[in-house]
Amino acid sequence: MNNAMTEQAAIELAGVHKDFVSHGETVHAVCPTDLAVRPGEFFSLLGPSGCGKTTMMRMIAGFEEPTGGTVRLDGTDVTGVSAHHRDVNMVFQSYALFPHLTAYQNVAFGLQRRKVARSEIRRRVGEMLEIVSLNGMQRRSPRELSGGQQQRVALARALVNRPRALLLDEPLGALDLKLRQQMQLELKRIQREIGITFVYVTHDQGEALTMSDRIAVMRDGRIEQLGTPREIYERPATRFVAGFIGTSNLLDAAVQRIDDGIALVTFGPGERVLVPVPAGVTAGQDLEISVRPEKIGLRREEPTDPGCSVLSAVVTDVVYHGTSTNYTVKTTAGPDLVVFDQNAFSAEDLAGPGDHVFLTWAPQHSYPIGV
Amino acid sequence: MRRRLTPYLLILPGGLWLLLFFVVPMVTMLSLSLQEGDVVSGYVLTGHWQTYVDAIAAYRTQLARSLIYGAIATLVLIAAAFPVAYWIAFHGGRRKATYLFLLLLPFFVSFVLRTISWRYILTDEGLLLGPLKDAGLLPPGFHVLGTPVAVIGGLIYNFLPFMVLPIYVALERIDPRVVEAARDLYAAPLVTFAKVVFPLALPGVFAGVLMTFVPASSDYVNSAVLGSSSTTMIGQVIQSQYLVSSNYPTASALSFTLMAVLLIGVFAYARALGTDAVMRVSER
Repeated sequence: MNNAMTEQAAIELAGVHKDFVSHGETVHAVCPTDLAVRPGEFFSLLGPSGCGKTTMMRMIAGFEEPTGGTVRLDGTDVTGVSAHHRDVNMVFQSYALFPHLTAYQNVAFGLQRRKVARSEIRRRVGEMLEIVSLNGMQRRSPRELSGGQQQRVALARALVNRPRALLLDEPLGALDLKLRQQMQLELKRIQREIGITFVYVTHDQGEALTMSDRIAVMRDGRIEQLGTPREIYERPATRFVAGFIGTSNLLDAAVQRIDDGIALVTFGPGERVLVPVPAGVTAGQDLEISVRPEKIGLRREEPTDPGCSVLSAVVTDVVYHGTSTNYTVKTTAGPDLVVFDQNAFSAEDLAGPGDHVFLTWAPQHSYPIGV
Repeated sequence: MRRRLTPYLLILPGGLWLLLFFVVPMVTMLSLSLQEGDVVSGYVLTGHWQTYVDAIAAYRTQLARSLIYGAIATLVLIAAAFPVAYWIAFHGGRRKATYLFLLLLPFFVSFVLRTISWRYILTDEGLLLGPLKDAGLLPPGFHVLGTPVAVIGGLIYNFLPFMVLPIYVALERIDPRVVEAARDLYAAPLVTFAKVVFPLALPGVFAGVLMTFVPASSDYVNSAVLGSSSTTMIGQVIQSQYLVSSNYPTASALSFTLMAVLLIGVFAYARALGTDAVMRVSER
């Protein structure tokens, strides 16, 4: 970890921002941002459409010039350098393969521009097509390839140049679910094998969670939170992150008292929520508490353990999902809360609509947002 | 049953139109070219192929000249139209339709009138040469009208939109991300153009060549209005054989010869360019 901190960043943005002028008004597509992507890292820019993630990536690729700030690749300032002189390659959203060239010619394009020797090109393209499992497809034109195969050509076309970093702009968006999941694993495998830094732009939080070493969650041109998938999921920094990554139950309440770093919040009689809080939080302070649905247990009888959070609730909706059953419940603490129950022990629903139940969870599963 | 008939019913009006106004005149003309006689005593079909041999021998200069003028005009048109089409397609923004309309605006004036107006521009003391001669930049005896330059210039002017439009359509269909991908893969702007943009625009160039070379080679207005006896094109010969000399067999034979030469040329051209590029025009 210490090593990673002192290591030269593969990609570094310092105060980079981008303004667009549209209809005479200035729009801040990306607000001043500092960001360091580590070498060999699988880094995701995650956010809803229009959050600035694609603009950010295009500034790294050299397609967009920042309004201000500095872009560095391996420590070298490339801010004013145009795309064809930058040692990064991109996988485009709709692949953007050259329709008039074969799969082989597509992959060889970058090497040919760099005047690599013919025999060397043949060797490297062959090798790369093997890595992306496209042997025998060399002579096919893009329209003779399936979506998944086109995706692989696009990947090979970029990776064959051994760039300092590979930028991927929602590369799996056009594939169906099964193929997408398969490609996620494959991308991860290829990234491990080749050891190139990946910057991955996506709006799919599941995709970002499963593939990334670190994720930057973006909103309105700003990075809301930067961290490992686990950090972002378990300890969302803002209400937006809590809601955007997975499903989250948000409870608003004032702290009653604090014992040993655990804050007590009470609602109705017998209802309490225990939240570990950092030093500095005082009684009477308002808290925004995030609880993930799968952490909550649903009980027919009132739980007796005083060390757990307890809320009383009425079930309003039950949806069976196969691996889990999702309950929507009404409580005094918040509007609709959601509980995911893993169908591990029972094939029957724990409760039906209208049933009165108790929700309970361990203190460490309550997370105070933004304190 | 009805479903199987539908395609035929749909093709019926157009098919009948073509049969009546295209196939019938063609057959009539072919037969006319093989007849002998004169306007007064009438014509008889004799299968006289010698008419072709004689006509070609008599007018081979005009025939060759037409093809050369057409070819030069077409080459200049590609060079002139490509930047226009490129600019409208990639930098036209929201005004693309306006620019295309402006390009077509002269077409609201008749072809012949537009060509005649060129006379006023090119005439010896006209809009263009007058001031240049007054300023002493050109010798007083300098003239453009009546020269091949004027005729080919007129052809280029009159057919420009027919080259711009198909190239524009081909360029417009290029995914901007494909162009970015080339830049991303180390291709400098000029290399990107040569390796990606131009090859992808080839179907449009092909269509443009078809739409300009064929009518330009058989044109008879530009040479008649802007040229002289030394620039006579085959279209003029055919016209005067029909309408002035009433020599129908020779006129028909020349028409057929011109058509055959153009067809062979077009097929050879399609062959050389690769049928793939030609097919893509219809496929995409």
